[in-house]
Amino acid sequence: MLQLTLFYIFAVLAVLGGIMVVVHRNPIYSALSLILTLFALAGEYILLMAHFIAIVHIAVYAGAIMVLFLFVIMLLNIRIEERAPGALRYMVYIGVPMAAILFLQLGYLAFKGFQEVYVKNTDVGTVERIGQALFSKYVLPFEITSILLVVAMVGAVYLSKRKLEIVE
Amino acid sequence: MQGIPISHFLVLSAILFSLGVIGVTIRRNAIVIFMSIELMLNAVNLSFLAFSNYLNNVEGQIFVFMVMVVAAAEVAVGLAIIVAIFRLRETVHVDDIKLLKW
Repeated sequence: MLQLTLFYIFAVLAVLGGIMVVVHRNPIYSALSLILTLFALAGEYILLMAHFIAIVHIAVYAGAIMVLFLFVIMLLNIRIEERAPGALRYMVYIGVPMAAILFLQLGYLAFKGFQEVYVKNTDVGTVERIGQALFSKYVLPFEITSILLVVAMVGAVYLSKRKLEIVE
Repeated sequence: MQGIPISHFLVLSAILFSLGVIGVTIRRNAIVIFMSIELMLNAVNLSFLAFSNYLNNVEGQIFVFMVMVVAAAEVAVGLAIIVAIFRLRETVHVDDIKLLKW
């Protein structure tokens, strides 16, 4: 019961943060709401017995990625987005009913042979299990990610060092 | 004492993914579009972890790890591109940047 209560608290926080990310006109508030969502999601990961991923999630997303986002937002001094009248006019009349139909169909198919299962108390999310899998069976993909990170780093340095020009 | 149903996590994941799609569609600030993409990646991660717990399978956790690495790389390169575009055009609104649009 306590777990379910915690799940709903974190879920409401995550959805509220997500809505604020989408609707807020000031990008700084969007970034701060995204941090709220990420922390709430870390709570959900812990409820799913994925402790290692929860810690790494906080360290990588809240610690690195969101700092980078806020840094760039403050660096660029972005103005508040103004409204575009009539941008959603046709989307409301056609898009929303079609999305509703799609979700009803998918939901019907998904719940037709539905049998509820519950979160199990496993050790699948511990550092031990993940480390064993990561350094034995998945050691090659793990090493390749280091190449990906080096490529991203070189690309970011190159792009931000050089002043680009428009080629007609 | 039953615990939390797995389907709750999947519904939450679907809601967050839809919010991310809405953000990418209706926002015009390139940085906020980026944040919405992060929201979608996190929704998918939640799905992966829910199924990893359901199947008692460690591959889901490994995949989430890889998604995080790719997200970090993507943010570094993407924000560098946004900074470069801002230095070139003095704007990050995607309505003003239509170099590839014919």
